Amino acid sequence: MKFDKPAGANPTDRQQVIGKPADRIEGPLKTTGTAKYAYEFNEEVPNYAYGYIVGAAISKGRIAEIHQLKAKNSPGVLAIITAANAGPLQPGKFYADRMLAGPNVDHYHQAVAVVVAETFEQARAAASLLQVDYVKEKGSFDLEAEMDSAITPKPGEFGGPPQTIVGDFEGAFASAPLKLDQTYTVPDQSHAMMEPHAATARWEGDKLTCWCSIQQLNWGVRDLANILGIQKENIRLISHYIGGGFGGKGTVLSDIVAASLSARAVGRPVKVTLPRPLIFNNTTHRPKTIQRIRIGANPDGTITAISHESWSGNIRGGRTEAATASTRLLYAGANRMTHLRLAVLDLAEGNAMRAPGEAPGMMALEIAMDEMAEKLNIDPVEFRIKNDTQFDPEKPERPFSTRLLVQCLKTGAERFGWKHRNSAPGERRDGQWLIGVGVASAVRGAPITKSAARVRLDRNGIITVETDMTDIGTGSYTIIGQTAAEMMGVGLDRIVVKLGDSSFPESSGSGGQWGAASSTSGVYAACVKLRERVALAFGLNVSQAEFSSGQVRSGNQSFSLSDAAKKADLVGEDEMTYGELSKQYAQDTFGAHFVEVAVHAYTGEIRVRRMLAVAHAGRILNPKAARSQMIGAMTMGVGAALMEELVVDKKIGFFVNHDLAGYEVPVHADIPHQEVILMEDSDPTMSPMKAKGIGELGLVGVAAAVANAVYNATGVRVREYPITLDKYLSKMKRPI
Amino acid sequence: MKAFTYEQPHSPAEAAAAAMRVPGSKFIAGGTNLLDLMKLQIETPVHLIDIGKVGLNKIEPTSEGGLRIGALVSNTDLAADLGIRRDYGLLSRALLAGASGQLRNKATTAGNLLQRTRCPYFYDTNQPCNKRVPGSGCAAIGGYSRLLAVIGSSEHCIATYPGDMAVAMMALDAKIETINAKGKARSIPIAELYRLPGNTPHIETNLAKNELITAVTLPAPVGGVHIYHKVRDRASYAFALISVGLILQKDGTGRVAIGGVAAKPWRNVEAEIFLPEGAASTTKKLMAGANPTKENEFKLALVERTLQSVLKEGKSLYEIR
Repeated sequence: MKFDKPAGANPTDRQQVIGKPADRIEGPLKTTGTAKYAYEFNEEVPNYAYGYIVGAAISKGRIAEIHQLKAKNSPGVLAIITAANAGPLQPGKFYADRMLAGPNVDHYHQAVAVVVAETFEQARAAASLLQVDYVKEKGSFDLEAEMDSAITPKPGEFGGPPQTIVGDFEGAFASAPLKLDQTYTVPDQSHAMMEPHAATARWEGDKLTCWCSIQQLNWGVRDLANILGIQKENIRLISHYIGGGFGGKGTVLSDIVAASLSARAVGRPVKVTLPRPLIFNNTTHRPKTIQRIRIGANPDGTITAISHESWSGNIRGGRTEAATASTRLLYAGANRMTHLRLAVLDLAEGNAMRAPGEAPGMMALEIAMDEMAEKLNIDPVEFRIKNDTQFDPEKPERPFSTRLLVQCLKTGAERFGWKHRNSAPGERRDGQWLIGVGVASAVRGAPITKSAARVRLDRNGIITVETDMTDIGTGSYTIIGQTAAEMMGVGLDRIVVKLGDSSFPESSGSGGQWGAASSTSGVYAACVKLRERVALAFGLNVSQAEFSSGQVRSGNQSFSLSDAAKKADLVGEDEMTYGELSKQYAQDTFGAHFVEVAVHAYTGEIRVRRMLAVAHAGRILNPKAARSQMIGAMTMGVGAALMEELVVDKKIGFFVNHDLAGYEVPVHADIPHQEVILMEDSDPTMSPMKAKGIGELGLVGVAAAVANAVYNATGVRVREYPITLDKYLSKMKRPI
Repeated sequence: MKAFTYEQPHSPAEAAAAAMRVPGSKFIAGGTNLLDLMKLQIETPVHLIDIGKVGLNKIEPTSEGGLRIGALVSNTDLAADLGIRRDYGLLSRALLAGASGQLRNKATTAGNLLQRTRCPYFYDTNQPCNKRVPGSGCAAIGGYSRLLAVIGSSEHCIATYPGDMAVAMMALDAKIETINAKGKARSIPIAELYRLPGNTPHIETNLAKNELITAVTLPAPVGGVHIYHKVRDRASYAFALISVGLILQKDGTGRVAIGGVAAKPWRNVEAEIFLPEGAASTTKKLMAGANPTKENEFKLALVERTLQSVLKEGKSLYEIR
């Protein structure tokens, strides 16, 4: 089914199942520990061995020699895989990194060898006996030092153009009565998902099956075929449940390659997981950005010039962090400029992390807006509202499909009690604590992409949905089930959802906030096919048939849905594809974040006291799952604001704090009451589902709202994330 | 992890003797630190002596009016003990500021005293570390030192002692009771338990080889208000940037110990003379001779500001009374 003109009325508009806060259908499996993850298929894949990855001990250079004798003779060892015996390996497509080092080492903890043994303990013990001689080379690890060597990258598949110019930015900025020119930094960040990367691989002849934990099975099959040099048709990936990904499990990484190579070498299934201390430097991360923002405005608050430049670094072939994306379309302004630059760094690969580009970009832009509002002496909510635009500022002929940013800001301000804000910073006290509030806008693209599914009706009236869509903890199982239930006119209890198997029809996968809208649209298309088959079985005209309460009605006729499959199962399979609507309309999600913080007047400790988010993201398929996405993202935003940083040791060239004691993310005690308001909306330009993603929107802007609240509390502006007390303590007035 | 053998003796004397018998052995109690270190091969004992069944799990009054805390009393039980909460509030508060509920259930009094540094370079066996491999060098000096020591460090090591409980015990003048392999007991003031790194950062305490901690004794209660303020980057489950343990008497005198600044909980009784004058002069004396790095010099101001805060809090508590 091709979607190329705005959706009219359709069965999903009934919202009898869709739009309801259904509990997760896989929830009981997860809470009872019976949902199986990639490392846990012990019964299904018996006789497995364990692989243990040895990470490079240097950051750049080459391997001179690997002394294997001791490890080989260690108890239980079956094989040692290195570049020397792995066979030719190519890079994948989504990730530029090589999954096995040798002879060159590209970054710290890049896999150097895999030791395979009968037990995990034997593999780990033998791995420690491997002696690797390295020849070190000088590397580049410091983005500041490499800024001058950074180049304007070529446009890539993701992230938009590296350079945009509208009007005359320099001229307009020079002549603007009020100006802001500031630089902000967002550090390297780690996904730090709960489930480590893990894979269990099994070969049967030429056929490779891999139980793994990745977000995009279609990319995974493609990339693993590329890496191993085998046919895509010979690969099956299974990823039923994923314990968090946040973009860090996009496709194939070293665990899957190590398991596949090891299983081939020993002729048995092999499982590999990345130990937590290896993950931070072996896999990918959100790369650091240095961002310069300039805003020029008239005294009435009208932005006349706005620019955003961002520098990031990566390994050769790695992508640029597109931190300027939001600035291209969030606020009006006749004269505009954005520019991305990319330097070569010899750290691990920088790649997608939840709201890539937008999240770090808005961490900078939304502080800049707060600073500019203060210069203008205009309330920061008002300043944002004043510069709203209902069309793409780079293409005035292209309207936003729906955009309720102003309503989000106003609704949030009202609910939060924004009017009680003291605009003079550092003035509000509660005992030993200084109190401040902050606001930020939120914007995140609403990409949608082709996605296929198969639905099967059996004689008992049970409808089984199959698609290779993944559920990374977001609620895919449930919203896909709700879609099928709504379309077929049955309750959610009649639906069985099967996900995460590349032998199923190819879906959008989970990433870039496209999963919910795309995968449910694929299920919609398949259900349209199934409805046709059902109507045909009853001799009805499908356009007049009403599917409701397990019945199919047309005129005076009424049939039980299950009777259509009395003789044989009925199957509908289709793929939703898309025309040009995303070119005609700017399709985005919007929101507003309001935060209250307390900053200890003596010690500088920060405690977030209240958080409110207002989100505008098309039709909300399941408000409970959507709220979960929002509060999870808001929590991640607090982490980004206050504590998350992969610290680069610029001498040695690695992320030093490579475990969860060193890389701090928020704990329960950091997170206060979180309120979420979901705006009523449906966007017919997206798909028949009229929905958009929300999983990344919730993160964008949060950290800046926290930063602005900290400024409001203390009067000290911090432009370098995370906002830790060492960055402002000495500038804080000490109370008497 | 290296393969190891294991035994579970039934008395402290048996445990100490077992350690004597098997070279390269280690005592294990809760294991909340040691097991992690073994997995990373930072610790590589060939033999573990599990002291979980040797008793030593009671809190009893001493004839001097204090309390004797068995080495294996869990952090949870110690923090919740009524006598501790009534008379040694500082200790209870420090315990509850550390780790998580699950870890405190497992962690023991003696084990907590002996937990090792959390310096990230100590934890990465690819990096030089004089504490882990004597003579290999120190990657932390000139590296990422924000969390590390500002005082008492040496050119060989700038690691900090990470615990909270010992900070309170330092202020409370606790004593450490031990027995050696021959069964001989002794008592060590906590101020003499820990060593500064000097040129032997791998030797962290003055315990003799195979000496086993059997108890910690607290002297009779000293009264006062007890405040433990742990400053960290997140609200819970993080090691201290710095922490301040304060016992404040109504007349403004008191005791203060600092965590997160050195290879041991930091206390100087001569600095405490200045407590009635306030935080500035006390800190000046207490932190005299500090040698911070550029990344962690903020800790000095933080100590003073936190002490100022807890002094104010302490005084206000007297006003409420």
